[in-house]
Amino acid sequence: MGRQRKLVVLLTLLGAAHLMIACAGFFAPYDPTTQDRNHPYAPPMRPNFVDAAGHFHLRPFVYSENLREGSFDEYVRDTSHPIPLRFFITGTSYRLFGLIPMRLHLFGADGSPAFLLGSDAYGRDLFSRMLYGGQISLLAGLLATALALSSGLLIGALAGFFGGWTDEILMRVAELFLALPWLYLLFAIRAFLPLAVSPVQAFFLVVVLIGTVGWARPARLIRGVVLSAKERDYVRAAKGFGASNSYLLRSHILPQAWSVVLTQAAILVPQYVLAEVTLSFLGLGVPEPAASWGNLLTSLQQYSVLTTYWWMYLPSLGMVPFFLGYLALASALQKRAEQSKI
Amino acid sequence: MRYLLKRFIHALFLLVGVSILSFVFTALAPGNYFDEMRLNPQISPDTVTALRAHYGVDRPVVVRYARWLESVAHGDLGFSFAYNTPAAPLLWARAWNTLLLTVTATLISWLIALPLGIWSAERKARGPDVAITAATGLLLSMPDLLLALGLLIFAVRTGWFPTGGMVSVGSESLSWLARIRDLFLHMALPVAALVLSTIPLLVRHVRSAMAGVLGSGFLRAAQAHGIPRRTILYRYALPAAAHPLISLFGFSLGALLSGSLIVEVVMSWPGLGPLLLEAILARDLYLVIGGVMLSTIFLVIGNFIADLILYWADPRIRTS
Repeated sequence: MGRQRKLVVLLTLLGAAHLMIACAGFFAPYDPTTQDRNHPYAPPMRPNFVDAAGHFHLRPFVYSENLREGSFDEYVRDTSHPIPLRFFITGTSYRLFGLIPMRLHLFGADGSPAFLLGSDAYGRDLFSRMLYGGQISLLAGLLATALALSSGLLIGALAGFFGGWTDEILMRVAELFLALPWLYLLFAIRAFLPLAVSPVQAFFLVVVLIGTVGWARPARLIRGVVLSAKERDYVRAAKGFGASNSYLLRSHILPQAWSVVLTQAAILVPQYVLAEVTLSFLGLGVPEPAASWGNLLTSLQQYSVLTTYWWMYLPSLGMVPFFLGYLALASALQKRAEQSKI
Repeated sequence: MRYLLKRFIHALFLLVGVSILSFVFTALAPGNYFDEMRLNPQISPDTVTALRAHYGVDRPVVVRYARWLESVAHGDLGFSFAYNTPAAPLLWARAWNTLLLTVTATLISWLIALPLGIWSAERKARGPDVAITAATGLLLSMPDLLLALGLLIFAVRTGWFPTGGMVSVGSESLSWLARIRDLFLHMALPVAALVLSTIPLLVRHVRSAMAGVLGSGFLRAAQAHGIPRRTILYRYALPAAAHPLISLFGFSLGALLSGSLIVEVVMSWPGLGPLLLEAILARDLYLVIGGVMLSTIFLVIGNFIADLILYWADPRIRTS
């Protein structure tokens, strides 16, 4: 029972985190592509409760950062005017889930911008870009997982069910894919595809690419399940009653693979999110101005950014809790599968 | 001996398969190195066509593959359009640097992971084990890209380590001792990033392999004989748990090669990673294929070494 509860809690937390990213427009105070040329490379502004004079405020506030006269990246903190954070305010318009037009934001500030995680070279709010970037990276990871798993399911089922030379050929090819260091493989295939593409094209390119490279491992695992399920007595009985191949696969064999598929999904999603992040970081994935957890890090390849604007690193830390969650989910699912086997 | 021969033939098939796969992908892909030239008004279309014919890019994929095999037989591994030389010398120079990183990182991470994993398995579900499990979980969810960048920021802000490259400017004039020290300082960060990204997985595997063995009767008998705990753990339990770990050794090399790709690019270490990225951006086809082949060769060699160790460590394989 304890294990079941843990799984439910984990799923709830992960679901909530995904929902937050899906509703990025609401949680983000600004539009991810709007530039504020008066605030390039603004440092992170921490929400405070206690002001410079030592007075406590119930409403959190930030201190505005203003460019020093004649400088382009040195900021002076203005501690004389705390800027209170307002909650549930109307701000820039956005579309919730890409559909419903809305203007309501969780928080925002009047007068001066409140960049919780600082801003980038164009004065774009990094906190907002973190949330919007998560949409692209997570969606890419989830879609690529769906693609890899469904092709793995198909190929694994074919190989396991029909056996013989079908099995032999498919599994030899799978071994090839498994034997390569997979990042090299991903890179090699990316090398042969067009470089300059629009963000939307790039997104689908990345998804298909990762899905193509990733089918082998799930296919192998599912083949194993199908092989053992094929020999079960009730499957043989159904076959003896004249059940068709597709019926056998659909109703008797593939349901056995369900727990393997789920566990694989929990393992693969973070891997594929990371693949998107890596490709985008190197400029081979989703390009600017769209934000992804990968291309948010790209500017850190410049030495000057690395030395001075370290907060460019912060938004990508947004992926760590997701990875932790998926990791815990995968191990919980694995334990559950092991237990049900006994 | 037949076992080793079988593994060797398997590895050979793998290499041939990977090369065929690479060529199939090149045949499917649109665009190549000479497309960029077409956009350049200073180069006439005739020149581009002549160049394409010269390099044999306009031939069907089977012919190209045959020509490539021929160049492999000459030890050239194809031809780099961008550098206008055979690909092999370019690749080898970088490959040594990558190997230096990965081999060092492999050794260090195993040296740390073995005792940690054994310790964790021995204190199962107690303080150290819980702490180690939590730490490895956190490290596992920290991707190598973020680790490398984080370490780099740390190095830049403290100034303790040199950032980028393999040697300092003017290191040629130093004494050999100072040059080795310089190299070590440059290696410290990339190796640290690689070690940190590999260790959690290794520790977890060592822990589970050891935990499976620790309950067995022969160890309890050894304990009853009054053999010290350390000897039991390292002389008796570890060899019994070694089989999956040795297989993991080959696998960890593959993971390290992939991780090294990122770390090298981030830390501008002159290994295969930056070269490969450059080649991809320039569509330098054969250089990319060469890089992939080389990484596969490393992996195959790593797995072969793992097989050798397995052959030496597990009498069951030798007798069968």
